[in-house]
Amino acid sequence: MTRETGGVIELLDVFKEFAKDGRRVEALQGITLSIERHEFAAVLGPSGCGKSTLLNMVAGFEAPTRGRVLFGGAPVLAPEPRRAVVFQEPALFPWYTVLDNITFGLRARGVPAAEYRATVDRLIDQMGLRGFESHYPAELSGGMKQRVGIARVLVMEPDALLMDEPFGSLDAQTRSLMQELLLSVWERRQQAVLFITHDIEEALLLADTVAIMTARPGRIKKRLIVDLPRPRSLEVTTSPAFNALKREVLALIRDESVKAATERAP
Amino acid sequence: MAEVLRPLSERAAGARRVPWFIILPLAFLGLWTVAVDMRWVTEGIIPSPMQVARSWYRWVFGAPTRSLSPYSGTWLANVLYSTRRVYEGFGIAAAVGIPLGLFIGWSRFVARLVDPSIQLLRPIPITAWLPFSIAVFGIYDASALFLIGLGAFYPIVVNTTHGVRDTNLLLLRAARMLGAGHATILTKVVFRSALPAIFTGLRLGIGIAWTAVIVAEMIAVKSGLGYVLWDAYYVGRMDICVATMFSVGLLGLASDRAILLASRLCLRWRALEAHA
Repeated sequence: MTRETGGVIELLDVFKEFAKDGRRVEALQGITLSIERHEFAAVLGPSGCGKSTLLNMVAGFEAPTRGRVLFGGAPVLAPEPRRAVVFQEPALFPWYTVLDNITFGLRARGVPAAEYRATVDRLIDQMGLRGFESHYPAELSGGMKQRVGIARVLVMEPDALLMDEPFGSLDAQTRSLMQELLLSVWERRQQAVLFITHDIEEALLLADTVAIMTARPGRIKKRLIVDLPRPRSLEVTTSPAFNALKREVLALIRDESVKAATERAP
Repeated sequence: MAEVLRPLSERAAGARRVPWFIILPLAFLGLWTVAVDMRWVTEGIIPSPMQVARSWYRWVFGAPTRSLSPYSGTWLANVLYSTRRVYEGFGIAAAVGIPLGLFIGWSRFVARLVDPSIQLLRPIPITAWLPFSIAVFGIYDASALFLIGLGAFYPIVVNTTHGVRDTNLLLLRAARMLGAGHATILTKVVFRSALPAIFTGLRLGIGIAWTAVIVAEMIAVKSGLGYVLWDAYYVGRMDICVATMFSVGLLGLASDRAILLASRLCLRWRALEAHA
């Protein structure tokens, strides 16, 4: 069943419909998207365009109405740690400390503590969580919570990272820090990343490719290659090449934002 | 609970140290004493506070051998009878109610199977079960345990069910994504998430257990505070009746505080959330 060619994540002509007030609402329409093994792919779109739905289907939380969602060539049937999800709200377990949140997946799988202690220790340093191991999520700032949210999936050594506007609720300063942290983390193993965002600069700074979605029903309007050198830092956002890309995306997305806004008005 | 957790200003903290709560009980005792002294109430029916205190003291500390009175030195024995029944009945209720509530909240099938029956039986007051209970279990402990357990069971199972259903969908998804199986999700996520609601159920349950034990002991068994209360009434010892009422009140308060303390210890993370 596993194929040699094609991306590690593949959506083939995917449709998703919801029943709302007895009517069928089409959230996604004919999505075809392929993400390579080491590709950082961003999906950019106006709010309500179904981009989170797209991620939920890749994660295995929701099933497509039509079409196929493949991971490593096999259909996605249920969530699993190989496809790690970082949610917008960090969704940490409030009754567990930082350390217990990070090791949740390992403990759930019955991995003995002796086996993961060194890895977890390294990860705590890498994610800047040293000294916070025994804190509860309620004691952490938004950025720190999201660091834990990323650490707890990285520890499972996933093949793909599915990130649903992970920095969307952070302030600008923290957000930049987190983007740089994510870049430095990703450079090490270069997992396939599906990164959902509505922030153009964020998409261009982080990703190899940016898929621009239309307003509801969500379709992929265009897919751009972000041909900026790596490793990247925040400085890249001031380069002429970056601005040229940004202008291109802005033009594409402006029509859609207007469409989304007028559609929602009664 | 919230007012304890909220950070207090210096002045508010100072005001809290004054035991304001003592004012109403003292006023009540004063009014009661005056009412008896001035004979506003029928003489010999309503005892004075001092009379109650004397009888209570004798009931607690009196030598049982020196007198044939059942109200000398027998307090502790009766308290232990009632307390043991409450905790046994309550324990059974929790042992059945918490797991059942978890399954009702977790599984739509179990909910459809069990929930309607529970909702059908729940409106039947505990007192209405008395004849049935005595007919089936006789005038023994089992009868009391049945009534206490049944009374405490309802709030525990209902609150546990609500707590489970309130579990954040995102946390369930996170747990599944991290590779947790059903058993892990149920014990490490759903149960932990429902724990605040479970403690609410336990507090309501222990209150009902004390109600049920008095009812059961009045009629279905021949020992404990409820039995003393009814017996004392028959022989015209209102002082003992009142002392029994206070005893039950204090025991109920103590057990409620014990559960509250346990919940504070188990839900430390929640106190932190309230501060944030």
